[in-house]
Amino acid sequence: MSKTVAVIPEQGRGKKLLKRIRRFLPIYLFMLPGLAYLVINNYMPMPGLVLAFKKYNAKMGIFKSPWIGFSNFKYLFATRDAFMITRNTILYNITFIIVNTVLAIAVAIILSEISGKVKKFYQSAILLPNLISSVIIGYLVFAFFSVENGFINNQIINKMGKESILWYSETKYWPFILVFVSAWKSVGYNCIVYLSTLLGFDRAFYEAAAIDGATKWQQITKITLPLLRPTIIMLTMMAIGRIFYSDFGLFYQVPMNQGQLFPVTQTIDTYVYRALLQQSDIAKSSAAGLYQSVVGFILVLGANLLVRKVDRESALF
Amino acid sequence: MRTKEQRTFDIFGHTIMVILTITALVPMILMLISSLTSEATIVKNGYNFFPEEWSLYAYIWVLTSNGSLILRAYGMSFLVTISGTVCSLVITTLLAYGLSKKGLPARGLLTFLVFFTMLFNAGLVPTYINYTQNFHLKDTFFSLIIPSLMMNAFNVLLMKSYFQTAVPDEILEAAYIDGANEFFTMIKVAIPLSKPIIATIAMFVGIAYWNDWNNGFIYLVKRSDLYTIQNLLNRLMQSITMLQQNANNLSNVNEGLAEIPSVTVRMAMATLGILPIVIVYPFIQNNFVKGITLGGVKG
Repeated sequence: MSKTVAVIPEQGRGKKLLKRIRRFLPIYLFMLPGLAYLVINNYMPMPGLVLAFKKYNAKMGIFKSPWIGFSNFKYLFATRDAFMITRNTILYNITFIIVNTVLAIAVAIILSEISGKVKKFYQSAILLPNLISSVIIGYLVFAFFSVENGFINNQIINKMGKESILWYSETKYWPFILVFVSAWKSVGYNCIVYLSTLLGFDRAFYEAAAIDGATKWQQITKITLPLLRPTIIMLTMMAIGRIFYSDFGLFYQVPMNQGQLFPVTQTIDTYVYRALLQQSDIAKSSAAGLYQSVVGFILVLGANLLVRKVDRESALF
Repeated sequence: MRTKEQRTFDIFGHTIMVILTITALVPMILMLISSLTSEATIVKNGYNFFPEEWSLYAYIWVLTSNGSLILRAYGMSFLVTISGTVCSLVITTLLAYGLSKKGLPARGLLTFLVFFTMLFNAGLVPTYINYTQNFHLKDTFFSLIIPSLMMNAFNVLLMKSYFQTAVPDEILEAAYIDGANEFFTMIKVAIPLSKPIIATIAMFVGIAYWNDWNNGFIYLVKRSDLYTIQNLLNRLMQSITMLQQNANNLSNVNEGLAEIPSVTVRMAMATLGILPIVIVYPFIQNNFVKGITLGGVKG
């Protein structure tokens, strides 16, 4: 690029810019399909968010439908739904963050400390659940919890002489099942970043500590965890930024869309989906959707500002 | 030399990892065994790791009677995965290459436009209305490929920074001096140097397409002939749910389902749904781990 500028030293700014644009014309053509996709997939829907303030009429389209102010939000927040989906989304995410982070760090530490080639196999095995679609995860859970044919009722509960448990109709079990499934699915994935950070630490710290007679446990709590702190803070902040979004597949497929379970399985994402496509309630779904987009955006920005305070390099922007 | 403490830790560590490994694999093993059990055994004893009677009937049924439906969905899954991944790689690479060009006018603005989509998302309602009303994507093949999956900002930015570090300016300059045009330079110089990141992104995108059920779920209303294996599995799961909800008056449904070995066939189909992933997994695993590490640095 510096060459081009050097060849045309005496021209005005405007002409230079034109010349540069012409030189880069093929590059703009390369980028065109990708940029067009972003416009279609991401930017064209954005003005459609105003729908939350309108009474949608399919014939008139989004922009010609009449304005109705905050009625849709009043309608949404008048029900218990708004509170329920916010609570479920946030509480599940907080639990997932805590449980999955603790497990991921523990697994990363164990994998870095134990000897033997078999640890490669352990790592492959625990990562595999991450590659399975949520529909199939729903089937796997069903094989265990199905009321008539499930492994747990048939092989454990009944053999103990107890009545079968109606897993898919009772809410009290689901917070545990969902937290377990989430951990099962994501620990293998989450431990990878921690493990690669751990393997980068200077072994000299550990050798020195061992010479001074530090136990393994002391080495972990006094060396490993403090060194991991920045990574833990960064990844946790990033997760907090996403706390208003949930894994749609987990909350829709695993409880098998059972109505009785909604009080403990409905999150903002499943709510928007059901309101839009199963109840055709555009008012409710657009209001809940805008609520998620806006609060989600604020949280992402906020979390990132905090990450910047801790560690500038790790911030997204 | 290993100390006594190291040995204790090893025993403890291996024990925990063996438990976790079993936990990770056991559900898939139960699914596989269930698909190989006779229907009658499961109806009698439930899903079990040690069935009384083994049977290949579920697979034979999948491949023969009424099998066209399932094999067709399997074929759709391959078609969607391959065509989607190719399209995705082409537009992602072209955009990332452009954004990596120093001196490109409006480069900062364009990069921001890409990045902003990671921060703010219009969500399902406007996206659905946009694709169905403006682009009439409902009940088309394209609805399986285009919405949300075809390109994501994260992959673009990952590839852009790879181009910036792995392809030195001097080599590009040399190509220009030799008279190569932009396209030729990209194909012959930049892309060969960036093979690792392209392979990594291809793998992530391919897995996302193979596992996707959401697009078919949202956009395929009448055209069940376009179902991928995931959509078919999802549909079958809904009919299990239906059966349970109408437990009192299921005479008709029951008759229809009595003809197919439903309990084992479902597990056979789910096994087939995982199979391609399990087959390629040993080959992509290292690359996958590297990719996660790369991505983990930024989110």
